[in-house]
Amino acid sequence: MSADLAAYVLGIGDDALVAAQRLGELYASSPEMEEDVALANIALDQLGAARLLLEYAAELTGDGDEDTLAFLRGPDGFRNHTLVELPNGDFAVTIAKLLFLAAWQRPLYARLAAFPDERLAGIAATAGLESAYHLDHAAQWTIRLGDGTAESHRRMQDAIDTLWPYARELFTLDPVAERIGVTPPRAEWDEMIGATLAEATLHVPAPADVPDLDGRAGRHTPHLGPLLDEMQSLHRAHPGARW
Amino acid sequence: MSAEWPLWEVFVRPRRGLSHTHAGSLHAPDAAMALRNARDLYTRRQEGVSVWVVPSTAIVTSDDPAVTPAPDKPYRHPTHYRVPDGAPHL
Repeated sequence: MSADLAAYVLGIGDDALVAAQRLGELYASSPEMEEDVALANIALDQLGAARLLLEYAAELTGDGDEDTLAFLRGPDGFRNHTLVELPNGDFAVTIAKLLFLAAWQRPLYARLAAFPDERLAGIAATAGLESAYHLDHAAQWTIRLGDGTAESHRRMQDAIDTLWPYARELFTLDPVAERIGVTPPRAEWDEMIGATLAEATLHVPAPADVPDLDGRAGRHTPHLGPLLDEMQSLHRAHPGARW
Repeated sequence: MSAEWPLWEVFVRPRRGLSHTHAGSLHAPDAAMALRNARDLYTRRQEGVSVWVVPSTAIVTSDDPAVTPAPDKPYRHPTHYRVPDGAPHL
């Protein structure tokens, strides 16, 4: 149970960490200063959740700490879903990724807040509040871009279509989650995404083949490597650096 | 793109019993996003129990010469008074 719990906590922690790093790339380059602040806040929320989760995962395995997990693993060692490692693309892609992620994290954290393990339940309760804000932000923008100009509608639909197969990975069989008794919030996700896309005058894409990727098993896209190179470069150049 | 987003003035009521106070301004495409941006920019640390956003164009200013500074009338400013010896902190 403890090894499974550690592996599970590591997976959702890696989702948050890689999402934070990807969103952080946009810092000071968002279309507007106000949006810059919003995305940076969301990135910091994800980073905060990632730190708590990785710290707990390290404690459960009795090996290392949050820093060794974040900075000393290669792409094969990361367990995040491939959705969060994909490049930011245009603003529509960034928003669609956030929408898919938050629509998954929000109901998942709500379930985990009632999980028998008190430590995980506590982290999930905190992260869940922040997740509601992420979901709202992404949904608001999806609606405005989808139901905006012809150009913004086209780009938003393109983003949804492109990311759809990766979103399916959130609901593929995860043996670790199954063994500790956590089922992915498929119904809540479908309902939230369906309602948001409808209001945005966008259509739900047809079921797509899931790419032959499985982030939870360490099978990632080529995009994860460069992301980690940048995230880990300081720690590699100055091991144990502090400021 | 900034030119396309209208400017909004943000008013925050710090706590019950106090009035809304001008906190600053921001750009947003519409009122709902302006409220969300206002929470991000001005109430991130739970300041305030209520937030108003108002289109800046809806605000009427007095723009009255009588209350504007008059740099050509230095006698209006209390800079020429000698401070008495016994009142260093006046």
